Amino acid sequence: MGIVEIENLRKTYAGGFEALKGVSLSIEEGEILALLGPNGAGKTTLISTICGITMPGDGTVRVGGHDVVRDFREARRMIGLVPQEIHLEPFTKVIDTVRFTRGLFGKPKDDAYIEKILRQLSLWDKRDARTRELSGGMKRRVLIAKALAHEPRVLFLDEPTAGVDVELRKDMWGVVAELKSSGVTIILTTHYIEEAEAIADRVGVINGGELLLVEGKDALMKRFGQKDLHIELTEPIETLPAPLADRGLRLSADGRVLSYTFISTGERTGITSLLNDIAEAGLVMRDMRTEESSLEEIFVSLVKEGAA
Amino acid sequence: MNWKAIWAIYTSEMMRFFRTLAQSFLSPVLSTSLYFIVFGAAIGSRIDQVEGVSYGAFIVPGLVMLSVITQSITNGAFGIYFPKFIGTIYELLSAPVNFLEIVIGFVGAAATKALFIGAVILGTSTFFVDLTVQHPVAMVAFLVLTCLSFALLGFIIGIWAQNFEQLQLVPLLIVTPLVFLGGSFYSISMLPPFWQTVTMFNPVVYLISGFRWAFFGMADVPVGFSLLAIGAFTAICLAAVWWIFRTGWRIRS
Repeated sequence: MGIVEIENLRKTYAGGFEALKGVSLSIEEGEILALLGPNGAGKTTLISTICGITMPGDGTVRVGGHDVVRDFREARRMIGLVPQEIHLEPFTKVIDTVRFTRGLFGKPKDDAYIEKILRQLSLWDKRDARTRELSGGMKRRVLIAKALAHEPRVLFLDEPTAGVDVELRKDMWGVVAELKSSGVTIILTTHYIEEAEAIADRVGVINGGELLLVEGKDALMKRFGQKDLHIELTEPIETLPAPLADRGLRLSADGRVLSYTFISTGERTGITSLLNDIAEAGLVMRDMRTEESSLEEIFVSLVKEGAA
Repeated sequence: MNWKAIWAIYTSEMMRFFRTLAQSFLSPVLSTSLYFIVFGAAIGSRIDQVEGVSYGAFIVPGLVMLSVITQSITNGAFGIYFPKFIGTIYELLSAPVNFLEIVIGFVGAAATKALFIGAVILGTSTFFVDLTVQHPVAMVAFLVLTCLSFALLGFIIGIWAQNFEQLQLVPLLIVTPLVFLGGSFYSISMLPPFWQTVTMFNPVVYLISGFRWAFFGMADVPVGFSLLAIGAFTAICLAAVWWIFRTGWRIRS
């Protein structure tokens, strides 16, 4: 059994909007699961329902075997939550707000542990700063420190890098990797495919309140193993020579690069005959490279499938 | 019970109070002094005595109640409105705490602050009048109960309020008139008979009357009524808060 077990979870808001339409998901201990979906897909609702921020809908959620409604105390003790928006008391010192969370979760005071997480998140030097004096990236780290203050086994990160610049994002990924190595199970939502690709073990794609699929990141990449072959020519051409016309090739605007898309996991990729034809057409190749399709493309095709 | 959580909420709320201690301390001292100058010295010198008590001393219980009630409501309302406003309420909702623990933490802190200010006002008034307390235990009990019940009312207002205007509305439009017309500065017996009857529908009358009884041994209404009124008021507020958390009204979508 996974550390988080979600069964047929439904959530309808007071206005009648059905944000979750029966989501089932099992999350293994120690993994990083990325929930990928566009804005309004139901990612935040899913997390909020598990963590107790919204009123529970139908279905069950168990964390560490504890029902999040019936045994909310045991379940919530295991959960840390980093919200999407930066919510911090502006006049409170960093160390005080982290201590507060630990107390709120019923844990005895432990300054050595607080020091450890503040150091891990490079916040130790800022421990006596008021949170309003911190930069956006630092504030987000404080939120993570708060979420870790009670030693949770499962950490939910709701869009941890939304609105964060590239450098900070990489930084945050480093933090997540470190947390994983300390044994924490991490569920993060994102609409950056790059992010899921960079740090997740498994990826769940969610749209319109439904979980479209959950798969290992590598398996997902393999399954949608679309690749692009780019062939650079020594001399630019204006149009494709006749024998190549109906092979699905794309010519770049400057006439120097031919692109060809194929399924790398398929039986026949058609590359050999393509290269023969190119040689026969008298074109001279200078360079050649292949490119795996990104999760972005996979995602777009999935969402389209779901909508169709 | 998650006592550590209650303590965490209580102390973090009190820390906010101590950050603005000078302001919290000065404002009641100043306003009490002004009340004594205007009502005690200027007007009071012409009133002489009310039911055997000097007017200056007579208004002390009302003055304390006026501030304590206003402070309890304001602190109680602001305490829970603030996390709602800045979004940190997510933490309370996702923590292993139940509604009672949240209420004890916030309302306890709001009541403590109000109690502190009540004590400051009482202390300040001894500079102006000679004060004797005939029933000290009852006096403290009334004060504590008032702080708790009105902090609870404030808590409800804080959850109900969706903006700062609403946050101010109830204290301003309802509570201040009720307290002023609740016999803070006069004895109910000084009113014409018709208004005496109307006043009996004002719950604050029972509080001030009971509180005054603790000081001077005389009251507008029997002290048992006062206790009953404040007990019923507390029970209604508690029931409302229980309902709010059960339904998630204005806190959980």
